[in-house]
Amino acid sequence: MTDLSVELCGLRLKNPTMLASGVLDETGKSMIEVARAGAGAIVTKSVGREPRAGHPNPSVVELEIGLLNAMGLPNPGIELYAQEVREARKGGVPIIGSVFGGTEEEIAELAGQIAKAGADAVELNLSCPHAKGYGAELGSTPERVEACCRLAKMEARVPIFAKLTPNTSSIAELARAAERGGADGIVAINTLKAMAISPEARMPILGNRFGGLSGPAIKPVGVRCVYEIFEAVKIPIIGVGGVSSGRDAAEYMMAGARAVQIGTAVWTQGTAVFGRVCKELAQLMEDNNCRKVSEMVGVAHAGRP
Amino acid sequence: MLKIKEHRDETPSIKTIRFFEKLDADPGQFAMVWVPGVDEFPMSISYAGKHFGITYQVVGDGTKALAKMRVGEKIGIRGPYGRGFEIKGKRLLVVAGGTGMAALGLLVEAAKARRSAVDLVLGARTSKELLFEARAKRAGARVHVSTDDGSKGFKGLATELAKSALDDGEYDLICACGPERMIVGLLRIAKGRHMKMQASLERMMKCGIGICDSCALDGKHVCKDGPVFDSDELEAFEELGKTKLDLSGRKTPI
Repeated sequence: MTDLSVELCGLRLKNPTMLASGVLDETGKSMIEVARAGAGAIVTKSVGREPRAGHPNPSVVELEIGLLNAMGLPNPGIELYAQEVREARKGGVPIIGSVFGGTEEEIAELAGQIAKAGADAVELNLSCPHAKGYGAELGSTPERVEACCRLAKMEARVPIFAKLTPNTSSIAELARAAERGGADGIVAINTLKAMAISPEARMPILGNRFGGLSGPAIKPVGVRCVYEIFEAVKIPIIGVGGVSSGRDAAEYMMAGARAVQIGTAVWTQGTAVFGRVCKELAQLMEDNNCRKVSEMVGVAHAGRP
Repeated sequence: MLKIKEHRDETPSIKTIRFFEKLDADPGQFAMVWVPGVDEFPMSISYAGKHFGITYQVVGDGTKALAKMRVGEKIGIRGPYGRGFEIKGKRLLVVAGGTGMAALGLLVEAAKARRSAVDLVLGARTSKELLFEARAKRAGARVHVSTDDGSKGFKGLATELAKSALDDGEYDLICACGPERMIVGLLRIAKGRHMKMQASLERMMKCGIGICDSCALDGKHVCKDGPVFDSDELEAFEELGKTKLDLSGRKTPI
């Protein structure tokens, strides 16, 4: 029998699929619904200190190849969001609290606060490409990534995952910095900074003008990033970017990911995508004579000179 | 982007835009409407098929900017989105409050096309704000008007007029769109009479495609699971009539 369960930095997941941050996770009840639909873990909306409305609409552009978004980190602020985290826990799967901040100290403090609210792990958003002063602006140099992880480790007594940006010349460098800072895992990748222009309106469509590209278009980029990171660090990797089938999940795992996150595919397939990916992945594992997920992790690195 | 074919006043505060294009939509579905450089927001599709259209009330900066757009100018349209009404039975009671009628014009026509009898309770603040009254009559509905100020028809709430319609007649289904307190009131009446009901709900929306969670209502999403919900779903909502999310996701009282 194939066993889809995975152990990740002490977290026990019934399967290796997680809900990616930013999708159906502003409210506790929605996260419970996603857990019921079969996700092995849930990553919350990225939360900051104060309530934040996000960018003006349009905040999404639907493309043939994926989705462009500039939500702009809307969230009710950590104080109010704590109750959504507590509610989400009723879904019975691990809750990973995502936080963003403008400084190393701020993001670390928020990591401590969301852990205190009941998050089983914390994901540091060091990679949102469309919120001025936050996300990738904090996470674009190895020095700052390392400092964020180090301070967050001091504030939160749960595993810390660093979610990294692909909008850099070397994501492996950022991953090494996160590992040096004491991060327990790496999440790769966030969206690719992107833009769409309406020729009729002669202006960018997104209210924020630029945003982040997700979905099928970025999967090869994500797989390449995970592959590079796997060779750079020893800590576990969670792959994200365009996963919408069991084959996609297998690609990420063979590149080196122990689990995957799913976001944009919820748009095209609904929350049923989690069950579907797991079913297809189990079949692929059986075809590959893998009884456990760990037997697939990083196999694509074999035979390299 | 789509070119405006016609832009007309329905009432002093409600306007309709028709396009050259065709768009098939179920009664109750909506579109995301982009006014370049201003905003993008959800709107009821009030005419489907050839020369489809949207109908809206001028309420904020976005709709004010939309109201200024002229025939020949272009706006962005995404959709149709969401789940609309599912017409069941031979006798329908349709209840519209204010701009809620924008979503119900198509429903009345679709119900008559499948030979269901339709009684429409059409409520507005004042007689001048009654939307699609002639359109509903043309489609063959019996129209019962209520106004808050008594300037036409029954003076009072659409809910009260709907109640007397239910006392006088037999119906298989209630379909409603309007202010949330009207929906909640109707739901209570329908429950007391063991009647089936479908209602279109409204929440602040950003993506319109079921991913951002801005329009969450007890774990369901108005943009994708709705905007039309049936009695069982409506009765299960704890937040209905009580709270809604603001732009930052804070629960605020209705």
